[in-house]
Amino acid sequence: MNASVLLIADPPQGSSGLRASVQLLSRRPLAVCAVAFLAALALVSIAAPLFAPYNPEAQDLTRVLTGPTAHNLLGTDTLGRDVLSRLIYGGRRSLLSIVEGLVVVMAIGLPLGLVAGYVGGWADRVLSRLGEMVMAIPAIVLILVVLAAVPHNEDVAMFTFGVLGTPTVMRVVRAATLQVRKDLYIKAARVSGLTHLRIVTRHVLPRVMGPIIVQASLFSAYALLFETGIAYLGLTGNPEAPTWGGMIAEASTVIEQQSWLLFPPGILIALTILALGLLGNTVRDMAVLDEVAAKPRRTTTSSSTLTPVLIDHRDARPQPLIIVSDLEVVLRNRGGSIPLVDGVSFDILHGETVGLVGESGCGKSVTALALLRLLPNALETTRGRVVWGGRDVLSMPEGEFNDLRGSKFAYVSQDPQASLDPTFTVASQLIEAIRHHERVPRAAAKHRALELLRLVEFSEPQRVGSSRAHELSGGMAQRVAIALALSGHPDLLIADEPTTALDVTVQAEILALLRRLQAETRMSVLLITHNWGVVADICDRTLVMYAGQVVEESPVQTMFDVPLHPYTRGLLQSHPSLAVAHTHLKTIPGNVPSPGGWPDGCRFAPRCPHAIAKCRDEAIPLLMAQRDRATRCIRVNEILAEVEPA
Amino acid sequence: MLRLIVRRTLLSVPLLFIVSTSTFVLVALIPGNIARTIVGSQATEQQYLSVRRSLGLNEPIYTRYWQWLERALHGNLGLSLYSQQPVTSLVDSRLATTLSLVVGATVVSALVGVAFGVSGALHPGAIDRVVDGVALLGLSIPSFFLGFVLVEWFAVHFRWFPASGYVAFGVSPADWLESLVLPVVTLSAGGVAVIAKQTRDAMRDVLERPFIRMLRATGIPRRSIIFKHALRSAAIPVVTIVGLVFVAVLGGSVVVESVFALPGLGSLAVQATTQSDLPLIQGIALYFTVIVIVVNLIVDLAYGFLDPQVRVE
Repeated sequence: MNASVLLIADPPQGSSGLRASVQLLSRRPLAVCAVAFLAALALVSIAAPLFAPYNPEAQDLTRVLTGPTAHNLLGTDTLGRDVLSRLIYGGRRSLLSIVEGLVVVMAIGLPLGLVAGYVGGWADRVLSRLGEMVMAIPAIVLILVVLAAVPHNEDVAMFTFGVLGTPTVMRVVRAATLQVRKDLYIKAARVSGLTHLRIVTRHVLPRVMGPIIVQASLFSAYALLFETGIAYLGLTGNPEAPTWGGMIAEASTVIEQQSWLLFPPGILIALTILALGLLGNTVRDMAVLDEVAAKPRRTTTSSSTLTPVLIDHRDARPQPLIIVSDLEVVLRNRGGSIPLVDGVSFDILHGETVGLVGESGCGKSVTALALLRLLPNALETTRGRVVWGGRDVLSMPEGEFNDLRGSKFAYVSQDPQASLDPTFTVASQLIEAIRHHERVPRAAAKHRALELLRLVEFSEPQRVGSSRAHELSGGMAQRVAIALALSGHPDLLIADEPTTALDVTVQAEILALLRRLQAETRMSVLLITHNWGVVADICDRTLVMYAGQVVEESPVQTMFDVPLHPYTRGLLQSHPSLAVAHTHLKTIPGNVPSPGGWPDGCRFAPRCPHAIAKCRDEAIPLLMAQRDRATRCIRVNEILAEVEPA
Repeated sequence: MLRLIVRRTLLSVPLLFIVSTSTFVLVALIPGNIARTIVGSQATEQQYLSVRRSLGLNEPIYTRYWQWLERALHGNLGLSLYSQQPVTSLVDSRLATTLSLVVGATVVSALVGVAFGVSGALHPGAIDRVVDGVALLGLSIPSFFLGFVLVEWFAVHFRWFPASGYVAFGVSPADWLESLVLPVVTLSAGGVAVIAKQTRDAMRDVLERPFIRMLRATGIPRRSIIFKHALRSAAIPVVTIVGLVFVAVLGGSVVVESVFALPGLGSLAVQATTQSDLPLIQGIALYFTVIVIVVNLIVDLAYGFLDPQVRVE
């Protein structure tokens, strides 16, 4: 056992470790500039006598306030001292102060954070509570108390500053440690009997290095801001000795004669803080990007360019409410675009309930959102038309289309509680929607809101109206969402898995409600689901989607009797409630291919028991199989013959 | 709601206790002879002894602490060593200035920061990057530098605002406002940056939530969705940051009051520090802590107002 445990106990190749951070850093030009600037600053400050052209305290009263000249590159101050030399020497004190603060904050914050995160329990609670209290104290006043007792002692001030900064470092280290502790290899290392000290130093510390570097640079930025601040206030050291803050204080006395003096120290302080902040932000961003990059991701750019063959079998049908033709939606990312919905066409008649069925990830919800023009930012409709009342709604201006939302198209989602604004009451959301659609006075809208709540079968509409989303159960929230959707008397309700998140008994209630409302209002419904029971219950016609395409379109009853597409057959056979008793529940082998990884030819071919070589050769068009049925399968006749041997 | 207030107030008692104790202990633990430091090297032995006595240094530390605590509980924070006036009256006379400055800077930070943050969330790309850049810059420029640059431009060059000084609201509201413009702008820079960033992130997060999609699907106009619905949910994390900005601005007032020669608590604190006026600086620290506690309480209440789930608990 030990051998295998020790094998697991090897930490993953430190994604947020020190070496990786340095490597990643080298790819960021701005961060490289920041590091170079800070390094140069440190070098020049430490070796000040080598770089400073003059003695920083040498006065020359014949040349005061000169401004930049060839002799004094940054000019001279009120006593004729060289500004550049004073800046260089002043950097020494600031650098020392930052280091002092940094040593203190790390020496205290790091071990406390490790203890809080690694030990947990009461130690964590006590330390966290203490940390919160220290963070609530305005640090500068406490440090002023110290400076009052030990005048002009910058070392003590920076020490105190470090102590007061520990909670932030502690919190970050704690959070990172907690994360690492959960990892398997730490548990394995514990089991294999490594000492805690060894686990922490060998395995935990290297992994929390990234957040520590971030904290160190941000703390350094604050420390410099603080140090120059108290130097400006004249609370530190010998007034003759140059400090960046002190130089600004001196400059301020002659601001009316010579404002130039403000800028060299001011800009230098700002640049240094900027560099430290930039360094911290970059390391933090890298940690995030690093995690994202660690997840495998497909960045296929090639979009399949097949043009689906449109079969116009709709001539014989009555005028539909909405016609969707050749709809394509793609995901845009840096590498290019990945199609998610690829040439989807269908129509919905007045008063008809159409089911859109398929496994997760086949493009059902994206199709629905594309109809409503509510796609997330990264998605885009790149092709196709959605004809409503003779007009293509996809090319309407947004303002005009928005008038159709709610009044022509309405929407109910699969996550009812999250679909209601958590901060407003049910009634106020309903009233806002009603007044948007009907422009009626508030009282009338309120009356109608209660009516709507009664319509969705609430016996106490008043009480429900005054509640908020978190006070409702999932089923209640979905009924409220339906009421909201009905507020504008829509012609088409698009319901995206409206019952998926609900308990079985509640599912039945919601379906019964939808069926009743549909019958009463004669609105059309596009119902997205992966549940055949729901389809059987309320749909007239079904569209089956697979890998971004419609693979079968058929009236519900005939499809249940004789599914045409092998995928539909597979789906039906794997559905528990439709399976034949005493037979094994069949499953479709393999998985839905993810967008960007769709095979050429028939997209279902890799999982299909009927697939032949020809299926893989070229894209399969949607074929008319019977008067009102279509399938995207070239072997439909063979399959039918197999099903109906007679 | 009342229970929330009472509970929060009770929770702040330990903080007040810790701050008062830590200022006391800090001073007591610092090595060296404080009384000698205070009177300076040229003082007579008699002056030294009288300072020692007035600081109670002849008593053991726990007696001193007890006496100090007992008096503090009765609203007596002792006498200033320098002016011999009661600490409380010195501090009270300057409270209004600091509060005007700090509340003003917090309000400006919140308004401007939220405006920037919302536009950053709605227009990803160029504006977004500008918000990031301005945020980094706003946090990097030290207030004493920014303050003097503003003085140089708007007071010395354009003469729009006074370079320094303060006029009480009661004397002349117009002059009061004028005397506060530059200090408030100076003090707001960092707060604007932090709040803009937080607002943008919170808005982005909220705009992705399902209820926004539901509202849009209902046809509710964009204006209402952004400013009524999204902003209200986004305000919940932003309010926390506004509270933190207030505390930061309060600390920053120490420097900014010196830049603009405003007679507030901050400049009083600096003065007390240079004069080693321990009772005074301890009293100011206590006031600052009380202000922070009150603000945290207000933040908690705002939280309860914005987030119905907090109210229920």
